[in-house]
Amino acid sequence: MVNSIILNAATRLLVALLLLFSVFMLLRGHNLPGGGFIGGLIGATGFILYAIAQGAEATRAALRVEPQNIAMVGLGIALCAGGFAAFFGEAFFTGQWLFIGETEEDKGLPISSVLVFDIGVYLVVFGSILTLVLALEEEV
Amino acid sequence: MASNTAEVPRKAGGPAGWISVAVPAALFAWFLQYVGPVSEGEQILLGIDWVPSMDIRLSVLIDGLSLTFALLIAGIGTLVTLFSTAYLGKHPDYPRFVLFLMAFMVGMLGLVLSDNLIALFVFWEVTTISSYLLIGFDNASAKSRRSALQALLLTGAGGLALLAGMILLGHVAGTFELSEILTQGEAIRAHPLYVPIVILFLLGAFTKSAQFPFHFWLPNAMAAPTPVSAYLHSATMVKGGVYLLARVNPALGDSELWFWTLIVAGGFTTVFASLLAIRQTDIKQVLAYTTLMALGALTLFIGTGSPDAIKGMMVFLVVHSLYKAALFLMIGIVDHETGTREVDRLRGLGRKMPLTFLGGALAAISMAGIPPFVGFIGKEFLYKAGLGHEQATVWITGTIFAASALMFVAAGIAVLRPFTGRLSDTPRPAHEGPWVMWIGPLILGALSLGFGLFPDMVERFLVAPGTWAVYGDYDYTVDLYLFREVNAAFLLSLATFATGIVLYLVHARLRAALARIIAANPVKFDPGWDRLIDGIKALAAWQTRHLQSGVLQRYMLIVFATLTVALGGTIWAQGALDFRIDFAAEFDGLLFKHWAVLIFITAGALLTAYTGSRMTAIAALGVVGIGVALIFIMFSAPDVAITQLLVETLVVVLVAVAMLKLPNLNLGDEPRRPGHAVLSIATGAVVSAVLIAVLQGDLDRRITDYFEVASWPDAYGRNIVNVILVDFRALDTFGEIAVVVIAALAAYALLRGTRYGGDAADKDGGR
Repeated sequence: MVNSIILNAATRLLVALLLLFSVFMLLRGHNLPGGGFIGGLIGATGFILYAIAQGAEATRAALRVEPQNIAMVGLGIALCAGGFAAFFGEAFFTGQWLFIGETEEDKGLPISSVLVFDIGVYLVVFGSILTLVLALEEEV
Repeated sequence: MASNTAEVPRKAGGPAGWISVAVPAALFAWFLQYVGPVSEGEQILLGIDWVPSMDIRLSVLIDGLSLTFALLIAGIGTLVTLFSTAYLGKHPDYPRFVLFLMAFMVGMLGLVLSDNLIALFVFWEVTTISSYLLIGFDNASAKSRRSALQALLLTGAGGLALLAGMILLGHVAGTFELSEILTQGEAIRAHPLYVPIVILFLLGAFTKSAQFPFHFWLPNAMAAPTPVSAYLHSATMVKGGVYLLARVNPALGDSELWFWTLIVAGGFTTVFASLLAIRQTDIKQVLAYTTLMALGALTLFIGTGSPDAIKGMMVFLVVHSLYKAALFLMIGIVDHETGTREVDRLRGLGRKMPLTFLGGALAAISMAGIPPFVGFIGKEFLYKAGLGHEQATVWITGTIFAASALMFVAAGIAVLRPFTGRLSDTPRPAHEGPWVMWIGPLILGALSLGFGLFPDMVERFLVAPGTWAVYGDYDYTVDLYLFREVNAAFLLSLATFATGIVLYLVHARLRAALARIIAANPVKFDPGWDRLIDGIKALAAWQTRHLQSGVLQRYMLIVFATLTVALGGTIWAQGALDFRIDFAAEFDGLLFKHWAVLIFITAGALLTAYTGSRMTAIAALGVVGIGVALIFIMFSAPDVAITQLLVETLVVVLVAVAMLKLPNLNLGDEPRRPGHAVLSIATGAVVSAVLIAVLQGDLDRRITDYFEVASWPDAYGRNIVNVILVDFRALDTFGEIAVVVIAALAAYALLRGTRYGGDAADKDGGR
């Protein structure tokens, strides 16, 4: 924890921006640079910044959920996304796609098990890194 | 903290009890429907695809051999579980016992019914593991635990050898389906891999069926509750190895290697085990060693391989399962009702326990091979097969003669002595057990007599189909009979009885003599096993001490030295170092921004090595990483660059957080370490050489091309990196994120563990 008014004030804005940016990176990942891994790293960076400015305890309070639980939930989501294909008699981890409002020219809004899997990856990376950083902050 | 579980009264049986009896009984009834078709020479194949991409099917092959085994497993299983409701029903862990026993039964049935080698292996291991749990059921006793572990390690090691053998066999035959492999005997025997396959299969079978020199785990396994000994270690599991040998006999048998290994190991085990059986004073141990003898004889006759021998093997298999299960259950009753199994303390129980005596006596007469019991038929056919064999007549007949005479004595020791004569004092006053206990030995004993009186029935439904399956020839006629003429085999039987009676009369002196010989023998397998295990532990401790020093610097040294030597050695050995680079031309192609990044990275690296402050070193290392990220950006790999940048940032933050708390050492005062410099430069040089060598050749772009083409139409994504991560290679990614979580949790536990450990120590200190 560093006592700096500038860092404190800037962090409030930056955390929100970084989190928003991380979700943006996550969602665009399938077609443009980004994805769950990068998104998770960016999101974790936001909270690490917060931890440096406000301390680990405040960060845990802001997270509301223990970071290791977030990681475990992410792993579960990824597993479910993979197992989803079994309902359609296909091999484990075969991507399932649904296009909402599909027309002749436009495929419409894509919803897929692949995106759900990427969200799982995001949560795993996010949760695991924060688990490590917060424990390290508190330990030393 | 005393647990009350031991005092909770439990009604005998309970739901676990009747379920455990109903399941095998239903299975037995279900298998009976196949007896008719199989006795007509039919092979029944059932199955579903399991892992079709790897040619693994969950398929069932029902023929004479597997059906005989399945009927024995389910039938004896019913009697044993019924017996257990009274023997162990009041034990606090009875439901767990039932669970293990059912798991074992499923494994054993799967083992004998599987048509697929891989499925067979899986079930093989299920029996190994459930056997471990059952032997160690009395887990408060160190002896039980040791015996269980010994059985697990020995049969588990054999199982691994078997797996290797199965993979080789599947490779040679081009299929893992037994029903197809068994028709390719000629081709398999001619293949150069035949010898390793046989050796690996024999290792698996010999450890499972406790053949010499892997015999010592079986008598130790008698630490298990008696129903387990009756079921696993006499009637079913230990016959798993024999089953395997019989099963693959059409494919692997009929060679010099197979013949000599099996008859020597089997014959030796037979005689050796029957001598040790006479040596024992605990009746359960007597029976354990006679089981070894039976397993040896079965191995011997599979090795002999003639139709007569296979027929004798099949008869003896059925005979032995019936009488041995009966005798184990009988000694279980005696133990349960009198409190001892010592042969010297048990006399005259016959009057107090008439029904147990009747069941035991029927089984013992069959074991001794006295007509008209089926044991007599079994022995006759063993003799006939031995006498009919050209190559090893004396060896086969001799071992069977010795073993049969000693069996006769063992049968006397196990039943005649304890039940006749004047009643002796026992720890508990002797009385008859409940009906669920004595019904098992009685039924099995009666079957021994019934099968002997009506040999046609056994022949038609069990022995003939089994012989066809093992011999691999469905045209062979099997003929069983109790008595037809006075021939050499019959005369040998008479000689066996005479020898047996004489030996029984002097068995006390015989036992003392054997005890002296065994005590004088310097080669002891069981203590040898302990020394082997201790040696492995010492080796592990030694190498841990040397490799796991706990000093981070040494770990890094080992890792990088290994990397350098392995990589450098490989590319040197492959001759890939022989490249020419035109440095002038290469450097001419570099733009100003490339030079800038190069200088940036080099400066960062030099600063890391030469700075006196930790924080500067960490930051400088971050500079190197960011420089690398810049290279990724220049050569259009934005995803990799972003990840690299983020990871570099996080590493700097993490290390800095840790370093902030360390004492402020001046690294400038540290002595220079030329060795480290040499290793660093060597690692860098080797990695550079590898990268240059990679660039010399033509990169195989087929996979990249495939992803580029398939990414949009197949996975609706334009970012190939992401599509590979979440779609094409999603299973890999899943494995990776699982590793990430595990690593984070492990680090968390380590960090937290040390802190709480410190707190606890403080509190204790404060009290």
